[in-house]
Formats: sequence, structure tokens, C-alpha cells
Amino acid sequence: MSRVAAYLPIAAVVALAAVVPLVVTSNTVINFLVFTLIVAVAAQGWNLLGGYGGQYSFGHAAFFGTGAYVTALLQTQAGWNPWATVLLGILAGAAVGAVIGFLSFRSGLRGSYFALITLAFAEVFRILANAAGITGGAAGVLIRLDVRPENFQFASRGTFFWVGLAVVAIGLVLTRAIERSRFGAHLVAVRENEDAARALGVDPLRVKLLAITLSAGLTAASGGLYAQYFLFLDAGIAYGAWISVEALVAPIIGGIGTVFGPLVGAVVLQGLGHLTGHLAGEIPGISLVVFGALLILAVAFAPDGATGMAGRLWRRWRRPATPTTTPTATGGERC
Amino acid sequence: MPFASAARAAGREFISNPVAPMFSPEIVATAVLNGLLTGAVYALVALGLTLVYGVLHIINFAHGALLTAAMFAVLVLKLWLGLDPYVAMVPLVPLFFIIGYALQRFVIGPASHGNDANILLVTLGLSILIENLLLAIFRSDTRTIDVPYAFMSIDLDFALLALPRVIAFGVSVVVAAALWALLALTDTGKAIRAVAKEKLGAALVGIDVAHVYAVTFGLGTACLAVAACLLMPTFYVSPRAGGAFVFVAFTIVVLGGMGSIPGALIGGLFIGVVESLSGLYFGESLGQIGIFAIFIAILLFRPTGLFGARA
Repeated sequence: MSRVAAYLPIAAVVALAAVVPLVVTSNTVINFLVFTLIVAVAAQGWNLLGGYGGQYSFGHAAFFGTGAYVTALLQTQAGWNPWATVLLGILAGAAVGAVIGFLSFRSGLRGSYFALITLAFAEVFRILANAAGITGGAAGVLIRLDVRPENFQFASRGTFFWVGLAVVAIGLVLTRAIERSRFGAHLVAVRENEDAARALGVDPLRVKLLAITLSAGLTAASGGLYAQYFLFLDAGIAYGAWISVEALVAPIIGGIGTVFGPLVGAVVLQGLGHLTGHLAGEIPGISLVVFGALLILAVAFAPDGATGMAGRLWRRWRRPATPTTTPTATGGERC
Repeated sequence: MPFASAARAAGREFISNPVAPMFSPEIVATAVLNGLLTGAVYALVALGLTLVYGVLHIINFAHGALLTAAMFAVLVLKLWLGLDPYVAMVPLVPLFFIIGYALQRFVIGPASHGNDANILLVTLGLSILIENLLLAIFRSDTRTIDVPYAFMSIDLDFALLALPRVIAFGVSVVVAAALWALLALTDTGKAIRAVAKEKLGAALVGIDVAHVYAVTFGLGTACLAVAACLLMPTFYVSPRAGGAFVFVAFTIVVLGGMGSIPGALIGGLFIGVVESLSGLYFGESLGQIGIFAIFIAILLFRPTGLFGARA
């Protein structure tokens, strides 16, 4: 695939999405879409490590929360410019990712053990943030409303949509670039068979460390966006299990280890979550019931997610007579 | 546990003191004993987890949610039928065995295509599903049940022990012994051990591996029903209640060695005491950190646990 052809779909999708705020005027809809984009960024982060690297983190909240808290606290406590604090939040999140990755991967933790330790780290962060004085403790942090673009606050929600979309676009390009790079090939090799990859001269520790650092940085960006959009944080939001779950379920629903999987998954998840909220009334937890069921169904029946399923249907439609083009059993082995 | 909370209240007053708090030997002894009593229930929860791990080699992330479900079942039986939590064991233990059996046989097994990473995701999905279904039905309120013996206690001269916790300790020990006997002495136990050691070989000599997997999962879930009945007289339940226990159970399982039954028992008692003492000295929210710190430290430095042989 030539360079242009590889990035053309991304440009097309982003351009199409950028039109949305010009057409849609409903604040509720834009609100929903902005939240979906924020989740999509967190999911893109998870997908770099989980989808391409095969390391399933159950605690991406640790990175989301760090990005969010650093963004908010440097603003409220030190008075720094939010554009700068979002960047610092990303760096801080990436650093936390590198440290957690170094500790876990050096000890050879994989599979369930890696999932457990990431979950434990996220919980420790949550308890500490809830108890510490600087984070505002259980009362949380409130960012002062001061609507100026240089202050990362916009009069129109549509503008924030474009900012979120820009970050999603960066995530898409980054994922595609990794996919096409030597590092990406090494990462996939580690996912498929770590020992074989090592025998071929790949250093699995280095590859996984770079992956978790990039993954954490991207998810921290999502946290920074969250803080800037909602202007409020507490430990349960920043380090809560909800974002770990959404960051993991979205890529699996959308298509794990693919460029568009996390975005598609986030749209599907949030869409269905809202739909059930509408149909069932505002029953607490009902959308998460749907997420849990979707996760099980996706693993059972669509291991390559919505994008994979769409691709399968597309191929079947184009060549209806050739049964060899329906690879249903291969997806399950991969993850 | 009126006495324990009094001790904790005393602990909080001491927190403002920069010098490490000093407690009388009686208070410390009571904390240790209470820790052992709680630890026995932790051990029971961990036993279910470690049994499933030892045989199926999977971490059951739905363990905590299933415990919460069992606790709500105890609550519902008490509110609707007036059934005493201890009597509730009679219907609930077989019921949860069946639930566990069916989950493994018809959901987790088929959905995960025999792939470890998929099992992890399916049990995570189950835990999200169950926990939030309970949240949707019962809302997030914290509930307790009233039993006449909740505040009865046994006076040991130097310490007062709450009666329900002493009963919980006794029953946990009996259940652990029964489980051990089942694994060691019965044909089912032999089949379970055979599958745990070498599932291909077990299948070759005619053992139905899928059935044994499901029985094991059922036993693990039945342990949760027992734990729920023992907990409810003194503990509260909310849709997130099981989560608090399951992390403790994970810690115990990695501490005792994944798949090791004696490890789960000793680990459970140990963690119970650690939690009780750190609650006494540091207050409750930081006491929680202690559990996670132990958990992370063991995973990083000794992932085989103190009693486990497997990596």
C-alpha cells in the first residue's frame, strides 16, 4: 500500500466527521459526540498496547486519571496555561505507563497477571487521589469557568468537537504509522509469540515498554480532554473502573488491533448505551449491563469486532460463491 | 463488630499524634483475633478462586460479582421469606453450584474458544454484567439485615468476639476441610486433580473434561454462597460489595500461590490479620492500600507466591 493510500481512509473519515457540527445544532447530540470522541481516544490508547501488543490492561484508568489530574491541578494550583498542562498531563501519563510497564514486564507478567496488576495500580491511584489533599480529596477539583480559546474553553461545543476530533485524528495517524513501521511489526510479533520474536532478535521488553508508554500517553490525552470539557474531576471519575472498562471494551467491539476499531467501538458503545438509557429509562448501570453483554457476545461470535464483521460481509457480498473468503475461525486464535 | 469499631475509633484519635500509636495488649490481641475471624471468610472466598485457577488455569474475574449476587440472594430470602442467613445456606449452596456449573459449561467455555485471553475477557464481561444488573435492580443503596444474634459476643476475658464472626470462622474451617476431603477422597476429586495435572491425559482415560471444568467452577461458586451466608449477619451489601472482597481474594491467592489450597487458607488468615492491624494503626482507607501494596509487591517479586510451585 502506498503511503497516500494508507492514510486516505483516515483523511476521509476525519473530513466527514468534521462536517457534523455544521449540520447538527442540538447541544445534546454534540455533547454525546464529544464524550464519544474522548472515550475513543482512551480506547485508541488501549488498542496500541492491547490490540497490537496483546497485553490486556484492565487499569487504563491509571493513565486517564493521571492525564486528567495533572491537567487540572497544574491549572488550578499553579495557574499554568491549560494547553501546556494538557501536554504535561500526556507526558505524566506516559511516564506512569513507562514505570508500570517497566515493573510489570521486567517481572515477566503476562496475560491475567498483567491484567490484575494494572487493575491494582489503578485502584491504588484511586484510593490515594481520594485521600490526598492536593487532589481535593473526595470533594474533587473544579476548574474555573473562563471561556476563552487560549484557556482551552470554547463558547461553542462544536469547537470542542473539532479539538476532540483532531486528537482522534492524531490517534488514527499514530496507529497507522505504527502499523506500517518496523516497531509495529515487532510489536505484533511479540503478541503472536514472544519467545519466537526473541529468537529472531526482537527485544520484547523494549518493544512492550515503548508500546505501553505510547498507549498511556494517548489515554492520558483523553483524560486531559475530559478535564477540559467537564471542568470537574474526582477520584471516582479520574481513576474509576468505568474508563478502564470503556477503553477495553470499545476496541474489542470495534475490532481489536485495527486502526478504526476503537473509534467504531466507541461510537457503537456510546450509541447503544444511550439507546438503552432512552428505552429503559434512567436506570443506573443499565448501559454497563449492555457493555458487559456486548463484550461476551463479541468474544464469542465476532472476535474481529464490528469492522472485521463488516469486512467479512463485504467480501461475501462481492464474491458470494467462494466460501474460502469467510475466515470465521482464525480471529479467535489471534487475541 | 462493636468492639473492633471502638478500637478503630481509638486508632483515629491517635492518628493526630506524630508518634506511632500505642495500644494496650488487649486491643492488639482483639484486633489479631478479629483479623483471624475475618481472614477465615476471606480464605473461603479465595478458596473458590484458587480452586478454579488450579484446575482451569484461569483467573475468574466474575468471582466478586458472583459473591455480591450471593449476598443479595441472602438478603432477598431474608426479606421475602424471613429465612435466617445460616438456614439460607441450604438452598443457596446447591443453587450457586448449579449457577457456576452452567456459567462455565454454557457461557465461559463455549464463548472463549479455549483461548486464555478470551476467558479473561468473558469473565470480565460477566462481572460487569452481573454487577450492573444488581445495580439496576437494587440501586446503589447499602443494605443490611437484622438478626437477633448480630451483637451477641463471646467473652474471652481479655477480648470480646462477635458471635457471628466466630460462627463464620468455624463454618469456613469446616467447609475448607470438606473441600479438601472431596478432592482427596472421592472419585470426582480424583477426576478434578487429574484434569488439573494433565487435561489431555485425563481426556484420554475417559474423563469428561468439560464436565470436570464445570463442576470445579460450580464448587468455587458454591464456596461464595457459603461465604455470603456467613458475611450477611455482620456485613452490608451493595452492588459493589463483592469487589472489596475479591481484590483481597486475589491478593490471598497470589500470596498463597495460585492453585494452592493450603496457601489460600494460610494466606487468608494472614491477610485478615494484616488488614485488621493496619486498620487499627493507619485508619481504614489507608489500610486498604496495604492490601494492594502487598498484592503488587508479590506479583512483582514473587509471582509464584509463598506456597505455589507453578510460575
